[in-house]
Amino acid sequence: MKRTRILLVLLMLAGLVAACSTKTSQGGTTKTRKLTVMTHDSFAISEELISQFETENDITISFIRSGDTGSALNQAVLSRDNPLADVFYGVDNTFLTRALEKEIFEPYNSPLLGSIPEEFKIDPDYYALPVDYGDVCINVDKAYFETNDLPIPTSLEELTQPEYAGLLVTENPATSSPGLAFLMATIAHFGEDGYLVYWEDLAANGLVVASDWETAYYTNFSGSSGQGPQPMVVSYGSSPAAEVIFAETELGEAPTSSIIGTDTCFRQIEFVGILKGTPNRDLAEAFIDFMLSVPFQEDLPMQMFVFPVNAEAELPAAFVENVQIPDQPASLAPALIEQNREKWIKAWTETVLE
Amino acid sequence: MKSTLRSWLKKPTFRALLFWLLPAAFLGYFFYQPLLALFNLLISPEWGFDLAQLDWEEVWDPLWFTVLQAALSTLLTLLIGLPGAWLFSHFTFPGKKILKLLTTLPFILPTVVVAAGFNALLGPRGWINLGLMALFNLESPPIQFLNTFAAILTAHVFYNTTIIIRVVSSAWSRQNIRLQHAANVLGASPWRTFWEVTMPLLRPAILGAALLVFLFNFTSFGAVLMLGGAKFATLEVEIYIQALHMLNLPLAGVLSLLQLICTLVITIGHNRISGQSVHKINTHSKEITLQRPRRGWERMAVITLVITLFILLVSPLASLAVRSFIKLEADRGERGEVRTGLTLQYYRELWVNRRGSLFYVPPITAAQNSFLFALITILITVSLGVLVAYALRQRTPINRILDPLLMLPLGASAITLGLGFILVFNHPPFSDVEFPILLPIAHSLVALPFVVRTLSPALQSIPISLRNAARVLGAPPLRVWWEVDLPLLAPSVLVSIIFTLTISLGEFGASTFLSRPEYPTLPVAIYRYISQPGALNYGQALAMSTLLMLVCAGGILVVERVQPQAKDFF
Repeated sequence: MKRTRILLVLLMLAGLVAACSTKTSQGGTTKTRKLTVMTHDSFAISEELISQFETENDITISFIRSGDTGSALNQAVLSRDNPLADVFYGVDNTFLTRALEKEIFEPYNSPLLGSIPEEFKIDPDYYALPVDYGDVCINVDKAYFETNDLPIPTSLEELTQPEYAGLLVTENPATSSPGLAFLMATIAHFGEDGYLVYWEDLAANGLVVASDWETAYYTNFSGSSGQGPQPMVVSYGSSPAAEVIFAETELGEAPTSSIIGTDTCFRQIEFVGILKGTPNRDLAEAFIDFMLSVPFQEDLPMQMFVFPVNAEAELPAAFVENVQIPDQPASLAPALIEQNREKWIKAWTETVLE
Repeated sequence: MKSTLRSWLKKPTFRALLFWLLPAAFLGYFFYQPLLALFNLLISPEWGFDLAQLDWEEVWDPLWFTVLQAALSTLLTLLIGLPGAWLFSHFTFPGKKILKLLTTLPFILPTVVVAAGFNALLGPRGWINLGLMALFNLESPPIQFLNTFAAILTAHVFYNTTIIIRVVSSAWSRQNIRLQHAANVLGASPWRTFWEVTMPLLRPAILGAALLVFLFNFTSFGAVLMLGGAKFATLEVEIYIQALHMLNLPLAGVLSLLQLICTLVITIGHNRISGQSVHKINTHSKEITLQRPRRGWERMAVITLVITLFILLVSPLASLAVRSFIKLEADRGERGEVRTGLTLQYYRELWVNRRGSLFYVPPITAAQNSFLFALITILITVSLGVLVAYALRQRTPINRILDPLLMLPLGASAITLGLGFILVFNHPPFSDVEFPILLPIAHSLVALPFVVRTLSPALQSIPISLRNAARVLGAPPLRVWWEVDLPLLAPSVLVSIIFTLTISLGEFGASTFLSRPEYPTLPVAIYRYISQPGALNYGQALAMSTLLMLVCAGGILVVERVQPQAKDFF
């Protein structure tokens, strides 16, 4: 019976020691100033690059990464009156209007915007500055099409043909951001009048719908390690490069590729902005300039599997060899998306799921 | 002055309030404050929410589905869990300890991984389907499991059976077997004895455990989303969709309010049914002695149960662990032939920061973080839980109001609570970006109802005569607590600690909101791998999950080692 008490006392001591020790070990190297960046879970950067920036500017950078794009944006909006951070990175063109309407940003006309092509500068007042882009594309399992002697489809229209019946898995646009992006690609291509007819045909052709990207890619897709039944999945244009970089054994070429026909991919552009009311405006500007500069832009592909917007940045070899960038990606005006997102998702749900 | 204080102290209501002080302040500050602030903001004109424009069908459909699946899941869980509790409280058999440990592990696993485990077992290319296809020469997988209602129910049984087994078997083994003997002597058939003696005594434990299971199923999110597929949505899934994908926070607010009201109604209803009948420990009572199954039917039953538990609870875990050592890939540069083989590569890679990434976390660090949060959570919940248990022992109407309010966090959506936290705790010390103190606090809110439901019946079963004896012999109140209450509470404290440990180690919903990149927990690290394409990432996610299971099993073993005499209870 004594042991119970020993256990309790030990637990309390251990807790105290653990709590105290972590507190002190963290406060070791304090720089003069501090910058906080709020972002989503997919954000990543090289350790080397960030510590170099910290030393040069004599600051410490803290990151708050919380959930996916939607939840990170919600956090920024809800903490608007008492911002948790100085900079917010990660709002994309599908959520941009919401961020601008809720007035979470201060404008900043960075000198580096000169190196960025016009097509990415969607916000003309520079409350939100473009950092990177990526395409949501259909990935195909190359081996499946080769062994079955089936041509890889090249357009959205071909996907409704009987030879591709039951071969495509997509994500529910209500619960997944690539799923929503693909829905918007079809809206851009077929128009608001035509997209539902297209989805009816897709559904009739044995379309499989998963809730999230993880399930679609790892459970349903035959080209991934999950080795599922469908050889086509709605994923990212950069996924084939990731399959090579994260292969178990070195691969000569990617096992998957993207379909890059007209409007088959939807382009997502990610933006950064200075959160309104920051006391560290100068540091925030320096950090944004850093994000738009060539070293950070060249770090992006390997860390986050997205593409740099800075025209001077070069792509790593694995990307040049394995990634197909569409010439004509689909896109929709952010304001149109904000206005209709709910309506489109509801209509899609009624058409495809019920 | 002194005498008035003393007379006040004799009033049960006053004493209950004293015990409630700290727990109520904790709940009020960390649970009710953020929720109310969020609801308050969402009804403000700025968010422009109009209740009149609400399409009520969108609310009733998920509500109906939520109740239906929760009720069915709870029934199925009882169906498996009650025989399981009988098994663990009556018999010894080889491998019992290990089986008991293994049945606890599902509770800690993040749903992403459980989905992967079920996929490795029952998916279109899972081992069962592959085996059947090879055996019967089939073209396509015969079992369609993923994206069905059955998958949701199975996952819920998988997750929650351990609650029934733990809580009920602990109560069952404490039963006074003399009562059953008396019934037998008086001529009652075994069947009648079971229904008229055993069951009524077990009722509070069964109802309490069933309530916890029901609430867990009621707010189920990951299992519904990932295994049920796009066609099924519980309230919690709908809240997630509205808050994070439609950016319709007001509707998300309405839905989570509805979810909270339902939780409150269910808890109050439950308290009505279960009443206050608690079986006191009788110092002359004789507990069930564990024995090997002797009679033929006992042996059959034990074997069947062990196999059932193994298939249902252990095989998905095992398939996951095995898969983390197996290279199922063809060397994909060369097409065709799938070459399988054993590999430790996934584990080795966990220790490599391939891309020099800032947020890379070595597994040891993730495990340390997880344990640190778990430890703080245990400290908070056990100390608050003991206080609440003492408060609930006082006979006063106050408890009837406060007790359901304590259960409410179980029905709160992680997303809503997370958003509320952001809204309210955006100032120091909570906004401290280095150490996410809110994380163990959020875990405590979820674990506290479990701890109270475990400690309270145990405390109430301590006969007052024991305490009186100690007092008469001259022991001061604290000494009485130390020498009488604490040792008798020990087994339940242990169960509480293990529940809290598993809840904290496996919690993911609040973690995504509240964790800081410097302190990733094991589930967060697992998610980082599985959310990226590539064979290595998938393998590493499975390897990390296997480590999570090992780490949790280790934690449970350590707790049991310190407390060997509690083995019978746990």
